This record gives sequence, C-alpha cells and structure tokens, in this order.
Amino acid sequence: MTATEPQAETDERPIGFGRLLRKEDPRLIRGMGNFVDDIQLPGMLHLAILRSPMAHARIVSIDKSAAEAHPKVVAVITGEDLAAQGLAWMPTLSNDVQAVLATDKVRFQHQEVAFVVAEDRYSARDALELIIVDYEWIDPVIDVRKAMDADTPVIRDDLDDKTDNHIFDWETGDAAETEAIFASADVVVSEEIIYPRVHPAPMETCGCVADVERVSGQLTLWSTTQAPHAHRTVYALVAGLPEHKIRVIAPDIGGGFGNKVPIYPGYVCAIVASLVIGKPVKWMEDRTENLVSTGFARDYVMQGEIAATKEGKILAVRTNVLADHGAFNGVAAPVKYPAGFFGVFTGSYDLEAAYCKMQAVYTNKAPGGVAYACSFRITEAVYLVERIVDCLAYELDMDPAELRLKNFIQPDQFPYETKTGWVYDSGDYEPAMRKAMEMAGYDELRREQAEKREKGELMGIGLAFFTEAVGAGPRKDMDILGLGMADGCELRIHPTGKAVVRLSVKTQGQGHETTFAQIVAEEIGIPPEDIEVIHGDTDNTPFGLGTYGSRSTPVSGAAAALVTRKVRDKAQIIASGMLEVSVADLEWNKGSFSVKGDPEKSVTIQDIAMKAHGAGDLPDGIEGGLEAQICYNPENLTYPFGAYICVVDIDPGTAVVKVRRFIAVDDCGTQINPMIIEGQVHGGLADGVGMAMMEMISFDEDGNCLGGSLMDYLIPTALETPDWETGHTVTPSPHHPIGAKGIGESATVGSPPAVVNAIVDALKPYGIRHADMPLTPSRVWETMQGNHTPPI
Amino acid sequence: MQVDMTVNGQEVSEEIEPRHLLVHFIRDQLGLTGTHWGCDTSNCGTCVVLIDGEPVKSCTTLAAMAGGHDVQTVEGMEVDGELDPVQEGFMQCHGLQCGFCTPGMMLTARALLNNDPNPTEEVIREAISGQICRCTGYSTIVRSIQWAAAHESAVTVGTSNGSAS
Ligand code: FES
Ligand code: FES
Repeated sequence: MTATEPQAETDERPIGFGRLLRKEDPRLIRGMGNFVDDIQLPGMLHLAILRSPMAHARIVSIDKSAAEAHPKVVAVITGEDLAAQGLAWMPTLSNDVQAVLATDKVRFQHQEVAFVVAEDRYSARDALELIIVDYEWIDPVIDVRKAMDADTPVIRDDLDDKTDNHIFDWETGDAAETEAIFASADVVVSEEIIYPRVHPAPMETCGCVADVERVSGQLTLWSTTQAPHAHRTVYALVAGLPEHKIRVIAPDIGGGFGNKVPIYPGYVCAIVASLVIGKPVKWMEDRTENLVSTGFARDYVMQGEIAATKEGKILAVRTNVLADHGAFNGVAAPVKYPAGFFGVFTGSYDLEAAYCKMQAVYTNKAPGGVAYACSFRITEAVYLVERIVDCLAYELDMDPAELRLKNFIQPDQFPYETKTGWVYDSGDYEPAMRKAMEMAGYDELRREQAEKREKGELMGIGLAFFTEAVGAGPRKDMDILGLGMADGCELRIHPTGKAVVRLSVKTQGQGHETTFAQIVAEEIGIPPEDIEVIHGDTDNTPFGLGTYGSRSTPVSGAAAALVTRKVRDKAQIIASGMLEVSVADLEWNKGSFSVKGDPEKSVTIQDIAMKAHGAGDLPDGIEGGLEAQICYNPENLTYPFGAYICVVDIDPGTAVVKVRRFIAVDDCGTQINPMIIEGQVHGGLADGVGMAMMEMISFDEDGNCLGGSLMDYLIPTALETPDWETGHTVTPSPHHPIGAKGIGESATVGSPPAVVNAIVDALKPYGIRHADMPLTPSRVWETMQGNHTPPI
Repeated sequence: MQVDMTVNGQEVSEEIEPRHLLVHFIRDQLGLTGTHWGCDTSNCGTCVVLIDGEPVKSCTTLAAMAGGHDVQTVEGMEVDGELDPVQEGFMQCHGLQCGFCTPGMMLTARALLNNDPNPTEEVIREAISGQICRCTGYSTIVRSIQWAAAHESAVTVGTSNGSAS
C-alpha cells in the first residue's frame, strides 16, 4: 500500500469485489486533481466565442476590425475564414452536419459566430464586444408542434433540396396487431406525456487545451471528453489530420452525464487556432454557454396509450412521439437507432403487442439529444410506460403496486424477447418490488395516506419499476459514425507482480480507477493497490468508444475480466513448468496455483510474474512476459432493473412539494464495489428529483433560451433532496463474464416517474390523473386549480 | 494594482488588475487549482474558499477585496501530512465522485464544524445548500461531515488563522 492509498475504517480490503475506498480520492480531496482548466502551458493563449443573440437570422456582415486592433488580441476568426479552409462545418454524431462557426445564417440563439484568441481570458472576452455583426431576422421555429406546418420557415436550407423541417420518421412494433388489441380491449387509457428539454449541467463546463507542435504537426488535445478515442478519430476525419499525430487526453473530468460525449464547435475552434497561431490555446466555456449551446437531453412529446382487461391485465402499449432535435441533429445514439433505445418503452411487463411511431424535427434550438444519464432515450421510454401504467391504475381504481406485480415478466420467461424485439438477458422483478415495498412500509404508508386524506392533507406515494438496456453494444448492430461499439483492454503484469491495466473508457467520477482494479484483482488475485488503471489518453490506451450509456462495466468491465483471464491462462502454463506438473493438475486459489491434492506445492502470481520475465526456460511455445490485450464485442446488451418508491407531502396552501422519503432497490447484477454503486444510485436519484420538480430548458416565442444560468435552470441542493434509502437484489447477467450489468444511469431513468407518480397520487383528491414535469410549486398550484398546461 | 494577503498561512504580494476575480487570482496567478469555478451567477459554490475562516464564493469576490485578509483554500487543509478529518471523512464515506465540488464542500464543512462541532443533519444540509453537487445526491456528503464531526480531535484542525476558537 502506498502512503496515499486510502484505507476504510472497517476495511474489508477486498482482493476483488467489495467495499473499497477509491484510488482517485487522495488527489481529489487535496485539490490535486488535474482538470482541463487547471492546465497551463508556456505561451498559452485564450479563446472566447462570440454567439448569436438571435435564434434565426441571416448574417449580413461581420466587422472584426476593432477586435483585431485590441492590443492583446492575437486573432479573430469568423465562419468565412473557416470556410476558406473547408472547416466551417463538421459532422454530428448522427451523420448530420453542424456549423463550427455560422456562415450563412444562425439557427439557434447562442450559436457560435466568431472567436477571438487573446493573451489572457479577460481580454478575449473584452474583444468579443468589439465585433460587430449585422443580422437580418428570420421568424424562428420554436413550437415543435408547428415545425412541420406548411408555411414554416425552413431551418436547414444548407441541406440540398430541403423544403421542410423534417429529420426522420421511425417506428417499431406491429401497428396492426396493436390496433386489433386496442379495438377490443375492455379499458383503453390515453394521455399526452411530455418529457421537457433538460440539461446534464456537469459542475465542470466543457473546454479544452489544444497544442499543435509546429514542426512535427503533432496535436495534443486535453479535453473534457467521455470518449477520447472516438473524438480522435472524428478529428482525423474532420480536419484531415493524420490520426497517429493526434493525442486526445481526458484528464480529471468534473462530471459528464452525457454532456461530454459530442464534439462541440469550441474544440474544433481551439484546434484550428493552435494550428494557425502555433501556440497552445485554451477554450473554456462559461456556465451560460454550457446550458444554452451544449448537448441537451429529452424534448419528447409523447402520446401514450395503454390497453388492458378490466381485471388489470395489461395487453398493449402504443405511443406517438414528436421529437425536438434542435437546429442540427446531434443525437448521440448508434446509427441504426435514431431514437436510441426508446424501443424498450414496453417496460417490465409481459405484453401482447406494442407499437411506436415517431417523427423527429428541426427547431431553432440548441442541438444535442445526448444521454444525460439516460442510456440512449431509455429515460423517456421508462417515464412513458411508468406514467401510463399509473394512469391505468387510476382508471381501474387499482393499487399501482398490485397492477405492476400482476403484469411483470416472470423469471422463467428470461431471456425474454419484447414485442419490439429487445432480448432482456435476465430478471427477477417481483423480489425487487417486494423488497422496496417492505423497506418503505408500503401498506402502512397507504394507511397513513388514507388518514391524511380524511383531514385534507396531501400525501403521495409513487412507484416506478424500470428495466434498462445498457452496454452498447454488439458490433453487428451498433456503431456511432461507423465506429463499432466494442472496447479494448490491455493488462501487463510487471516482474514484481504489480500490474497496469489500460482502458478505452474514461471516468467522469464513476471511480473506474478503483472498480477496474477490483475486476482485475478478482480475476488474478493481485491486491487492487498493486494495480494501476490507465485511461483517458489515446496514446496510452487501446481503442474503444468511451464512457456513456452505462457502458463501462458491461463492455469495458467485461474486457478487463477477459483480458485478465487470458493472462491467467498463460500464468497457469508457466506455473505448470515451475511446479513440474501438467496444466490440468493445477488449481487456482485467487492469487496462486497449487497442485491438486497437494496444496503445499504452489506458486503465487507474483512468483509467476518474476519467472515470466526472469532467467531460465519457459514451457514450450511460451514467450516471456505476462501481458495480454483484447477487444471485447458484447454479445447482447445488459438489462439492469429496479423498484423505486417515492413519498411526498404537498402543502395545500402553497403547493410546495417536499420529498419525504425515497426508497430505491436496484439490481445491477454482480456488484463490484457496493459503496460506488450506492453513490451512483444516489446521484441519479437527485437528478430525478431535479427533472421531476425543477429542471427545464425553456424558450420564449422568439427563441430566447430561458434556462441560461443556474438561477434559471434549477438544480437540486441538499435541501430539496432526502436521505436516500437504498437496497439491492442480485440477478447476474448470463452473458457478461462477471455477471455485472452496469448501474450508472439506473436511478436517473427510474426516479422521475416515481417522483411524478407520487405528486400525481397526492393530487388524486383533486381528480388529477396526470401532470407534466417540471412540477414546480406554480405548476402544481395550477394543476390543483384545474389549470394544468403542458410545459411545451 | 498590488494586493497583499495571506494564503494558506503564506504572505503573498502580487500585481493584479482591479477587476480580477479572487477565483482567477488563486487559480491562474497563484497556481492553486484546487479551487474551482462552475457558474456565472454565484450559485454553484465550487469556488468556495475561507476568508478569515468564513466560507466565501471566490467568483463573486474581487481579489482586491481579499487584500489584508487571511484566505484558506483546499491546498491548506492538510497540515504537516495530516489530513483534516473533513478530508478523511469525504474519503471514508464516498462524499465525492468527480471531485469538482469537493474542495468547496469541504471548506464549508470545515467552517461549519469550527462553529458547531456537532451539527444535526438539518444544519449540515442548510450549511451546504449554497453549493451544488451534481454527482453524489448529497447524502454521502452529509455522512462525510458527520464522520468528521465524530472524529474531530480536540485541537482545531486546518485553520491557518485559528479564528475558530
Ligand atoms: S463559481 Fe459558481 S458560485 Fe462561484
Ligand atoms: S462530486 Fe461531482 S459535483 Fe460533487
């Protein structure tokens, strides 16, 4: 153990899975982390971006002369300058294009128009004010419901022959079969359910430092990226830079939540600036820039329908979705899945039919459609089904827990193929639901609620049961911009038995440096403190698609386990030579091989490592060294699930909602580090409370973004969040080498419906069946008055 | 203009622009990058430092205003290789994930415990309510501060000016 390795008070010091303090903490609690904005290079310049004040306007002229004359300004670059180099446009993650700097017109408020490079950050910002841009107003398209109306201005007139604001139509399931069931069902419930536009808003905004070496042409980019390898390849494709001359380093990242998956114009601007000027250039956005221009999430208007028997057997679910993608289609999702994994909107229930029809459109709003901890649109899907199931419970006057229990997919039905073609790997839903109900004291809560209702007090109990699909994904089906979603891993055991493991994924707070050391430790018996985890540096790690969509453990975690097994297999052969027995006569005891039936005769993995590098012969055909590399192609997604219960109290006089309790039972398969799992769940639960009750990026009719600061875009603090109560069940994934399923986004997916269901449940005495997020006091008040309006 | 102040017990004297924010002074000029910056509107608290023992948002303070005062940043919490119990508590109770809000949270906790060695959960939540953590959901931060309160030695730890007695 090194001097700085933290030790838990009641330390299990597991060599493998178990509660283990984090290896990343000693530097972070000392303020010794290394975030992008901490990087200072000799001669480094600062870049600031001029953004459009209008949502839709033609650029008539740009006068940059005054800015150029500023004594500390080194360069001022416009879209026209970039166009001259063929760099004015770049590809998005969905094969659309996005302007790096606007040339013809601006298409959303705060779009990038020009940039300044100056000697210090204050001067760069000062000079932005000296650039004069003449705009000619065009009516913006803000109301998503009107985007396809006949006389609406065409936003993307840059695309050949574009005559409307249509992006794509998509459908899944069987329309006719579903219609037949709806036509004859006892009960049909229909509701418009809106998931408003929200923003991941990590505490660290996006930024980078680009450094192009003049002579070698080598570009080093320190960048806030969740996917360093994918970014490097895209830079190579966009800028025509040779890929081996690009090194992307993601240092410590201050939270990502999907916001740091896309490539933003600022990164490209910084690279161009460094290339042109020959000095390192830093770009760091401010909070407003982060909220108004980088990847948002959600923005789905969903018409949900559910059909059931009068006894409460759910037969079918159907939905029609209108998706607002903003001005450029920048959705981060595998190519064949334009709506991400929304297809799992059938939820955790055994249905007879399902159908979804979706239309995606352009509007004059910021582009994006990133995860925000949603595993590719599963948040929207789960919200839809869990909300509409509650609407059904309301109509049937049935307890929502009972309704869910009655309709779950049963354990013997796994692997279960849904009506939209997803194969759920494993699940045992009822025990998770029962456990949550027991932790909550569900029956007692219902009794308390009945008493309170008698007295006119408003108390609500909300449930949600979710199944996620994470760990994208099998390369036969899934790629982003043509890059397969497999992940590499490399393990090297040094002669003294210490190890280094190199990952293609990258932590933004999830604790990869700890959990991946634990995976290797579990498989080879070397203590985690003797295992160094290297990640976030394309020069020093194998290729892979990065960390988002809860894919690190399902994909890279599998790679880490398998590469370790490969090393162990080699170690076994070397051990057989050392002990002079056949390989088959050895048994593994987590850290050493011994001769079967003669445990005294054994060699440790450390002995073997020294032998592998040391003097003397090795068994025939075995090379020296003890290392391996693999690239793991997942055979299926993994399907974590969970049961959540939220208890709220509403002040009838002010409509202020207090989240009194939140109980979360999660099943993410095999647990690697329960402490970290609990932390991942807690964070997601707070996200859910935020989205359900506070967060929304809204616009006025002129396209002004009304959520451009943390005063307008409200994020929960310690006062809005309760002390979370968590529990778990363990249903391993059958196809993952250690049975783990991933946990990063479960709580963000599962908590919003639980909170909304609780609030709607509290409002039952008012005859309320549905209310849309964000359920702020004013919106709850309006709902109580019978004036609920959709948020968009 | 010139500004003089004490930072983590050391006298500093630097040339600054009058409009220079304290957060940029600490980060860019003194190179103490443990203090972070996360918003434009004084809402996030990732920039919190202690000025004369009180938590202050350094993004909303001019460097000049800190002249003549005693500033403490996260880098000053560990004294002679001894971690502040607050730092230890954050590690023990998983009070951090990405670590971006952590320095500010820990300094607020330090100031709180100096004034109230045994705060209730409610008091802790109130104390950190001007700061945002996007990762942890706050429960583990509360537990970390409770851990520190339970393990606090008799000697006041980590304050460079001893103002907390
Ligand atoms: S940087 Fe956000 S409050 Fe200071
Ligand atoms: S630990 Fe990431 S913001 Fe608090």
